[in-house]
Amino acid sequence: MTPSERLDATFAALADPTRRAILSRLALGEASVLELAEPFAMSQPAVSKHLKVLERAGLVSRSRDAQRRPCRIEIVPLTEVTDWLAEYRKLWQANFARLDTLLEEMKADAASQASAMNPTDFTTKED
Amino acid sequence: MRATSNKLVVTAHGDREIRIIRTFDAPRRLVFDAFTKPALVKRWLTGPDGWSLPVCEIDLKPGGTFRYVWKNTEGTEMGMGGTYREIDAPDRIVHDELFDEDWTGGQAEVTTLFVEDGGRTTVTTSVVYSSTEARDAVLKSPMESGIAIGYDRLEGILASEPVK
Repeated sequence: MTPSERLDATFAALADPTRRAILSRLALGEASVLELAEPFAMSQPAVSKHLKVLERAGLVSRSRDAQRRPCRIEIVPLTEVTDWLAEYRKLWQANFARLDTLLEEMKADAASQASAMNPTDFTTKED
Repeated sequence: MRATSNKLVVTAHGDREIRIIRTFDAPRRLVFDAFTKPALVKRWLTGPDGWSLPVCEIDLKPGGTFRYVWKNTEGTEMGMGGTYREIDAPDRIVHDELFDEDWTGGQAEVTTLFVEDGGRTTVTTSVVYSSTEARDAVLKSPMESGIAIGYDRLEGILASEPVK
């Protein structure tokens, strides 16, 4: 999977409340399918289906040993998502901070144009 | 500098909408220009550090298209484009947009309102995504309460989890 496809898979997996609840439970420690099914009042096959989606997204891994095959949460895809989302908000803060600076320049230009008795519209200029 | 801070506000409305609200210390005519003239847009809509907006094409009329391509210092590109649906300068712009990577799972409809009050301009951008899931994926930044899994807990795990 490309990083972008992996993000897609992670987002899709996180878009379901039951799967998020499963991850919350696994954040407390490993659990078997049976242990996971219990608090959700779901059948084991239903939980297994959700686990498959989480496994495909790399959010959950299952131990190969023994019958119990406990599930555990995998942190890396989650940190990729949270890093990426933090970037989204930071991006707008950074964009708008630059826009503040630009607008100060535009106001100064508009003021100097007005003082030069030149009431034409503000025109753009290249750097 | 004014005493009031021009804080960025991001909120959810309904099932599929995000609103981004920010006030600028400038009259609306200038803010509208800064949002719609390519030479000006290129100067601020550049994204994270290390990125620029080398391609910015804007045909500001109903049915006109726009195209933005961001590029970082390593040469990675990210493109986005769309079509203007309504232009009511300098009050309002409605357009649709779609990222080349399509991480939002389809086209989003974006309405941008410019409201001036006492020489300051409040810009409200409403983005309506194609699904609740797409919206929530965008909204649930660590600045909000987190992706349902408690971030406090997650941080605890990250702190205790040796990197393999």
